[in-house]
Amino acid sequence: MARLRNVSFSTVMLVIGLLFLYIPMAILMFYSFNSSRLVTVWAGFSTRWYVELFRDQQLLSAVWMSLRIAFFSATMAVCIGTLAAFVMTRFRRFRGRTMLSSMITAPLVMPEVITGLSLLLLFVHMAQIIGWPADRGMVTIWIAHTTFCSAYVAVVVSSRLRELDLSIEEAAMDLGATPFKTFFLITIPVITPALVAGWLLAFTLSLDDLVIASFVSGPGASTLPMVVFSSVRLGVSPKINALATLIILAVSLIAFIAWYLMRRAEEKRRRPLPDTE
Amino acid sequence: MMGQGGILARLRRWLPNGRVLVFGIPFIWLLLFFLLPFALVLKISFSSAVISIPPYQPVFSYVNETLSIVLNMGNYLFLASDSLYVAAYIGSLQIALISTLLCLLLGYPMAYAMARAPLHWQLVLLLLIMLPSWTSFLIRVYAWMGILSNQGLLNNLLLWLGVIKEPLRLMNTNIAVVIGIVYAYLPFMILPLYANLVKMDPSLLEAASDLGSRKVNTFWRITLPLSRGGIIAGSMLVFIPAVGEFVIPELLGGPNTLMIGKVLWEEFFNNRDWPVASALAVIMLALLIVPIILFHRSQAKEMEKNG
Repeated sequence: MARLRNVSFSTVMLVIGLLFLYIPMAILMFYSFNSSRLVTVWAGFSTRWYVELFRDQQLLSAVWMSLRIAFFSATMAVCIGTLAAFVMTRFRRFRGRTMLSSMITAPLVMPEVITGLSLLLLFVHMAQIIGWPADRGMVTIWIAHTTFCSAYVAVVVSSRLRELDLSIEEAAMDLGATPFKTFFLITIPVITPALVAGWLLAFTLSLDDLVIASFVSGPGASTLPMVVFSSVRLGVSPKINALATLIILAVSLIAFIAWYLMRRAEEKRRRPLPDTE
Repeated sequence: MMGQGGILARLRRWLPNGRVLVFGIPFIWLLLFFLLPFALVLKISFSSAVISIPPYQPVFSYVNETLSIVLNMGNYLFLASDSLYVAAYIGSLQIALISTLLCLLLGYPMAYAMARAPLHWQLVLLLLIMLPSWTSFLIRVYAWMGILSNQGLLNNLLLWLGVIKEPLRLMNTNIAVVIGIVYAYLPFMILPLYANLVKMDPSLLEAASDLGSRKVNTFWRITLPLSRGGIIAGSMLVFIPAVGEFVIPELLGGPNTLMIGKVLWEEFFNNRDWPVASALAVIMLALLIVPIILFHRSQAKEMEKNG
């Protein structure tokens, strides 16, 4: 009886928590089909906000800019984050280990206003001393995003590297493969799911960032969150609801595909070795 | 032949070997783009604002074979003397603390239920918790603007139910900011808690129950202490960014909401006072250094445990 009560309390909280997470998003999506400009009054079904969304040139070019930055940031962050994760898990003791591990965990919690301000000051100093970057924009945002995204990639990849069976790598090296070759032929293929997960995480983090991009961007370079923010600051606008609906649908679709692939991989993995967890 | 081998050997000595390269690339990148910038923030916090590009006085200057270093303490004295800034720091810490506690109270039972759920459900629940954080942070905060406003959905619902007679004033208050932070950061509380609870050895709980411990007792004496690492990691993942939060107080808070992230943003973008903004950042970092070390320790412990 006590057990039943205990279980049901946390389960009830889980359901309440999920409703709390999803009801606001559902409302957002529902009102994107409202024909009235007022978001709180229902005035009939309409898709006019979607039409207006796709006519907004400023917004569309910001989307394109954000997608490019996110693609390059995620790719670079996977390279740097994977190297950092490899160093942290495979090199046992070396000078600078504590420093590297601090520089990996600190960006995860660092308030964005601090990161943004500090990077802007760096770019200003660099421009004064070496003359680069003369203009702030896509490249400076790319560097800023790569830096904080690599920390997230390092965490995702290092948790996979730690649970990896070291004996496979050792066997390859015993058979005469160089560490370099072992890394590319053994380690990389085994950790590919973690690399994909890290890349996707970095991509969404970069797409989502407003504060850091606002600090390190220059005139003329506006990312999607910057455009959305300046519109949202003035109040509720159904066009943003339409945009939100499209973003939520796209993310849900990717999450569903990821879930399907993971479940299939899990089933495949479980068949030959029924005893592993 | 000999000569060629000698050249190669000499070249190899000069070229960085693979190990150094693997270590060096991430190390130098993070040193240059993460650590060095903080030193520059510290430097500029001792400068004074001028109308120029960039808008601050140089701290170091070298004229007539004299290196002069001018450290202006004025920014810090100014921040200490103006009660607005002190109130903003206290307000940020308060709001972040309340939000973190609420996240923990809501997130812990959720993580607990997830860790006890059947295995095939766990992956689905995990995706459901993470999915909102993969959409847009800005848009999720925006969603509450329509819900909390005076003619918003929550007030309309409560009026219709007859719970209240007049609309509640929620939007542009600290309550709205707390709701926004709890909503936006809840997944970051749940994930480390879930990761911790799911690894807990069930035999410990069985042993406790075999020895006659009641469920509630077992929870307080075994489950909760063992999940300390998850609680610390989750709480720090919410608390530290929440202290410096800008978007949520800007969109949901009102003129009475004093939070340091918003004040820093206004000093930087509206007043163009980079030195004062830097001093604000330095003090914020000094306040957060203990929580950041706590977070780092819990992460490092987690890494050692699995390694």
